[in-house]
Amino acid sequence: MRKVEVDKEMGLKSVKEYPPAPLSKPAEGAGGKTGLWRTYRPVVDLNKCTGCRICWAYCPDRAIKLRDDGKVEVDYVWCKGCLICFHECPVKAIDKVVEEFGE
Amino acid sequence: METLILTANHAVSYGAWSSRVKFVAAYPITPQTTIVEMLSEFISSKKMDAEFMTVESEHSALAAVTGAESTGVRSFTATSSHGLLYMSEMVHWVARARLPIVMPVVNRALAPPWSIWVDHTDTMSHRDTGWIQIYVSNNQEAYDMVLQGYRLGEDRKVSMPVMICMDAFLLSHTFAPVKILTPEETDSFLPPYKPLWKLDPENPFSVGGITTAEHYYEFSEMMDQAHRNAGEIFDEISREYEKVSGLLQTGKIEKYRVEDAESVILALGTMAEETRVAVDRLRAEGEKVGLVKVKMFRPFPNKEIREALENKSLVVVMDRSVSYGHEGPLSIEVKSTLYPSENRPPVLNFIVGLGGRDVTFKDIVSFHKIAKKKVTEGKKVTEPIFVQLKV
Amino acid sequence: MSKVKSIKDIPLQEYLMPGHAACAGCAMALAVRHVLKILGRNTTVTVPACCLSVIQGIFPKTAVDVPLKNTAFASAAAMASGIKAGYRVQGKNVNVIAIAGDGGTYDIGIQALSGAVERNEDIIYLVYDNQAYMNTGIQRSGATPYGAWTTTTPKGKTEKRKDLGFIMIANGARYVATVTPSYLMDFYSKFQKAKERKGSRVVIDLSPCPPGWRYDPGFTIEIGKLAVQTGAWILWEFEDGVFQFTGFSKMIAEGKAKKKPVESYLKLQGRFKEIIKSKEKIEYYQELINENWEKYLKIAEIYKKK
Repeated sequence: MRKVEVDKEMGLKSVKEYPPAPLSKPAEGAGGKTGLWRTYRPVVDLNKCTGCRICWAYCPDRAIKLRDDGKVEVDYVWCKGCLICFHECPVKAIDKVVEEFGE
Repeated sequence: METLILTANHAVSYGAWSSRVKFVAAYPITPQTTIVEMLSEFISSKKMDAEFMTVESEHSALAAVTGAESTGVRSFTATSSHGLLYMSEMVHWVARARLPIVMPVVNRALAPPWSIWVDHTDTMSHRDTGWIQIYVSNNQEAYDMVLQGYRLGEDRKVSMPVMICMDAFLLSHTFAPVKILTPEETDSFLPPYKPLWKLDPENPFSVGGITTAEHYYEFSEMMDQAHRNAGEIFDEISREYEKVSGLLQTGKIEKYRVEDAESVILALGTMAEETRVAVDRLRAEGEKVGLVKVKMFRPFPNKEIREALENKSLVVVMDRSVSYGHEGPLSIEVKSTLYPSENRPPVLNFIVGLGGRDVTFKDIVSFHKIAKKKVTEGKKVTEPIFVQLKV
Repeated sequence: MSKVKSIKDIPLQEYLMPGHAACAGCAMALAVRHVLKILGRNTTVTVPACCLSVIQGIFPKTAVDVPLKNTAFASAAAMASGIKAGYRVQGKNVNVIAIAGDGGTYDIGIQALSGAVERNEDIIYLVYDNQAYMNTGIQRSGATPYGAWTTTTPKGKTEKRKDLGFIMIANGARYVATVTPSYLMDFYSKFQKAKERKGSRVVIDLSPCPPGWRYDPGFTIEIGKLAVQTGAWILWEFEDGVFQFTGFSKMIAEGKAKKKPVESYLKLQGRFKEIIKSKEKIEYYQELINENWEKYLKIAEIYKKK
């Protein structure tokens, strides 16, 4: 599934469209739609979030986004559900819920 | 142009100097070492504006050269025998990344037993790496091929590395006059390096990341196409070099007295030069013999060799290495090239000169006699002949 | 970049794209994300065979937004040396960093690394030390600690791990440091220093690995902290011939904090299940850590500031 999507985005229908050497372009989702990996989903309680950015700093996946109001939200397209944010939040503003597929 | 008395090793050092190489990384191995020793001198004395990196292995030598070349800088290394084998992994990495590095490889036998003398097994075992392979047979060619190698490899239709294969000691340590181009002459032949791609923080991409079966195939085909293009443009490049240098160039193969020949001898490297003398001797005895010196081994000059050999009555192929259990590599290629021909001459393969055993023109005359006798007697010879074996 | 002293100082610019292929909770991806923030746009990376060759994702995409040259397993330091030289001969000043795993550093790549350090190549070398060959599916490496389970040490490793930091000091590296991304400010301080310096710089990063160490990915940060707090991982830097402990390790060295019992670190990780089973083995493990600390206190004494 991932393969088809990549082809659609980057062309490569014919050998003529290939780069002359194996060169890959920086892009989101180079490893696929990683949000589909989740078994648990972190959920931010904005009422509790203090905007300390600890979850943002510790996220290996850049799946925590900084909001304009200084608080954070999760980018579920890429979040793999590792729950580092859930464990590291100093004010317990992040909960975990079992991921429902098909969303 | 000036003429210097140089070993082939020093001829390729001059080749790197003429080519305005900017980066050299190397590791010592006999009989290659004097190539990079001279470059080290050139660079430390500022005769050459380049950096020299004394790395800790051949694997690192080719890795460092790959790194520099990847930033868009013309780079050079040289090796031999076990050194080539030790860098073997990087040899593939260079070709698959389409980096036109030029690397002389002094052909030397492999251990065990230890041997520092000439044998082609080292480069033959790297036949399928994607490198263009050129076997030179004299010191002038060794110099010429560095310049032509960069010109060919860096051509956008090619973008492939070039391996210059040269016989241990017979070339590497033997002095002969070599004409060296002036920098102006070189510049009119070899333009500055314009890389196909280069590492550049302004234009980021990753080189050689994981590629699935969906895309790998295309890159291999492009490499094959690059080799076919190299085959097409090499003779033209040689002709241009001839114009600039005034040195007669033969291109992919050299034919000597082949036109009216009934039988033809093929060889790589210095054995081809020795065969020239043998051909004259045989001609003096009334034998209509010719020589095809195979200079370019990859891409293989199929068309030229087929045209030279079709309709002859005997082909003798000398190989300085053997694909164990089959034949010598040149013989395999020659037979495969002749397959589409309607008039295929018998091809006899002589395995000779292994581990530096001398192959003189007298020996070659006798090989031809043996071959002719077998064919005249109607013997079908399908196995390679270890003609120099003590029995 | 001004000195990063708190999380709020961390630059917002990112060079590791989301949707990369690292496992959930990967400490290496976290380290790469922050290292690239520190080094910035004017950077080139080289990567030998390791998890980072995979987490870049699949052609024609890559998750790394600076030039990256993949290379052969044994060649990271040599490739970085060549890239730096190539830029140098063109008069370009680019940060060149090799990022390699422990297999590509402690084992197959140590020859190239040792050579590059001896030549004092102007490169940064980051080894993310996840203490085994994780990319091939968790096999023992020279960096695997005593007692750890891997697929090739099913009963736990019976030998001690190599001490790469000590080797690098002996090798003459101009800057050597240990880090772990759990202590991010220590991490920033050392990489900012490495970025400013010239010559061979080697940073050894303890990189907790959820599938390889057998723990729930959410504990990545906590395990890194416990490694330091128990003394199983020592934070230090070696700069201009001077050795000093940093962060929590400095507090331990100065007697301002006590090492936590190592059991708290071991018991979170399934890879130490053989150790955890027996009191003697836990005690032996504690002895190994104490011995290592004794050694490092001596190193600190030898290379103290004069």
